[in-house]
Amino acid sequence: MTSQHAAFNGIRSDFPLLAADPGLVYLDSAATSQKPRAVLDAVRHYYETANANPHRGAYKLSGAATDAYHGARSEVARFLGAADVDSLLFTRGTTEAINLLATGWGVPHIHRGDRIVVTRLEHHANFVPWQQLARAVGAEFRICELTRDGHVDLDQLRLLVTANTKLVAFGHVSNALGTMNDVREIVKIAHAIGAVAFCDGAQAAPHLRVAFDDLGVDAYSFSGHKMLGPMGIGGVIVRRRVLETMHPYQFGGDMIEFVFDGDSTWNVSPHKFEAGTPNVEGAVGLAAAVRYLESLGMDAVRAHEKSLTQYAMAQLVGVEGLHVYGPASADERSGVVSFTLGDIHPHDLSTMLDVDGVCVRAGHHCAQPLMRALHQSATVRASFYVYNTPADVDALVASLRKAKARFHGALETSDVLAG
Amino acid sequence: MSAELDELYQSIILDHNRRPRNFRVMEDASTHAEGKNPLCGDQLTIWLKLDGGVISDVSFQGSGCAISKASASLMTAAIKGKTRAEAEEMFTKFHGVVTGAHPEDAESLGSLKALGGVSRFPLRVKCASLAWHAMHAALLRNDEATSAAASVSTE
Repeated sequence: MTSQHAAFNGIRSDFPLLAADPGLVYLDSAATSQKPRAVLDAVRHYYETANANPHRGAYKLSGAATDAYHGARSEVARFLGAADVDSLLFTRGTTEAINLLATGWGVPHIHRGDRIVVTRLEHHANFVPWQQLARAVGAEFRICELTRDGHVDLDQLRLLVTANTKLVAFGHVSNALGTMNDVREIVKIAHAIGAVAFCDGAQAAPHLRVAFDDLGVDAYSFSGHKMLGPMGIGGVIVRRRVLETMHPYQFGGDMIEFVFDGDSTWNVSPHKFEAGTPNVEGAVGLAAAVRYLESLGMDAVRAHEKSLTQYAMAQLVGVEGLHVYGPASADERSGVVSFTLGDIHPHDLSTMLDVDGVCVRAGHHCAQPLMRALHQSATVRASFYVYNTPADVDALVASLRKAKARFHGALETSDVLAG
Repeated sequence: MSAELDELYQSIILDHNRRPRNFRVMEDASTHAEGKNPLCGDQLTIWLKLDGGVISDVSFQGSGCAISKASASLMTAAIKGKTRAEAEEMFTKFHGVVTGAHPEDAESLGSLKALGGVSRFPLRVKCASLAWHAMHAALLRNDEATSAAASVSTE
């Protein structure tokens, strides 16, 4: 627990919220990350020096806002390994990115009798839009089940991806179990029959080196707020040959070319898919976030989180009655550990941990289809990021032991009383 | 250990969580309603048997956290044999106590006052109130059914 974390020592002081509360043990970065000062400063700097409506005015300040917005797009595209900068569409986040795909690509391409395949691991954001699209057009909606250790069952996927399959939609990393999927293999299965492969990268882009152009996927979504950026910015990168077949998602300003009385024509990508005044502060903040991550190095980020996850899993199995869900090895999971502790309900655990300053997620993690398969209504999830340390894991484990003693001690007393 | 947690998870709460009272389906109920908390996945059903204006029997089943389960269990014990008006009044007082708006009413609530510790945990008020909202909905549903039946009979 030494060398791997040394490079990240002191990082906490870069994050004003964490620095202001030394007792806070923030273990919910899979929900949203804390923000480094560099991101907050970048947003402020934009408003203080370059704020205007981009693409609108012929004056210099509007040009500065336009440059800030598209400069951010270039930086984020480079960070995610996409050479075609204008194939990166900014959205409010992953949820809107997938709704954009379901509407802009799905509606014109998915027809009655076609098949959409998703996996049991998916977040509702990569499940419900496709489920509802399938219902609306009369397409088949199929769910690929998991292996016992929480991986997508690739043998079943090969059987499910039939000739009528038009789309395979899957997460890069599971938000609920931390499972890292074999993206290239899933893409190979989809492309073998000519289906589009869409990968939801919301839980991967913050933690792994993503090389969009090498992954082979046709589209890849991400959320800025999970990767140290502001809330309300995210996006999707779409392979050009797919992008060119997509219909607009929303209509209005900026996305048009000419508006006639009876019909309209559309601007080029990415503008065609970004109707209205864009979230420039969000894009600028996200660009600052990726610069911050690059300064740490994504390989170092992954190594830090893997080492923390290894340590956490080793400590957690030492708590009697604790059950960890998902892959057994930290090699196969990101910094997400989902667990239950005996018959203590996750919400009770979460309240007890909160009193010790330990923030964890308790619930279904927006993955009800997965929870049903696990036969759990809820789990507790601890998730790690660059600012977490082995001391945070120790605080979690100590608090869990206290919670267990509280429930068990009381039960023994009530047994005596009842007896 | 924290005093707030001692107050929230008193032994009576943990006992009712582990051994909920009146935890059964009621076949001959006059009315029932489901309480759901989709965000947490808590889910319970309340059954009521009404004799005139009196709740002669009450039961529940479901799954949820210790607070929601213990609250449901304690509620069934508290409202059995009470009139509807008394049960509704108890809900009003209970709500005032768990939200911290009227802590002075705690003493009049008997065993239910054990849930007063919830007032220190605003995020858990919805857990403590779930069974009571379901009870209230069951009573309303009974009224609607009765008035519907009445309107049918007048035609």
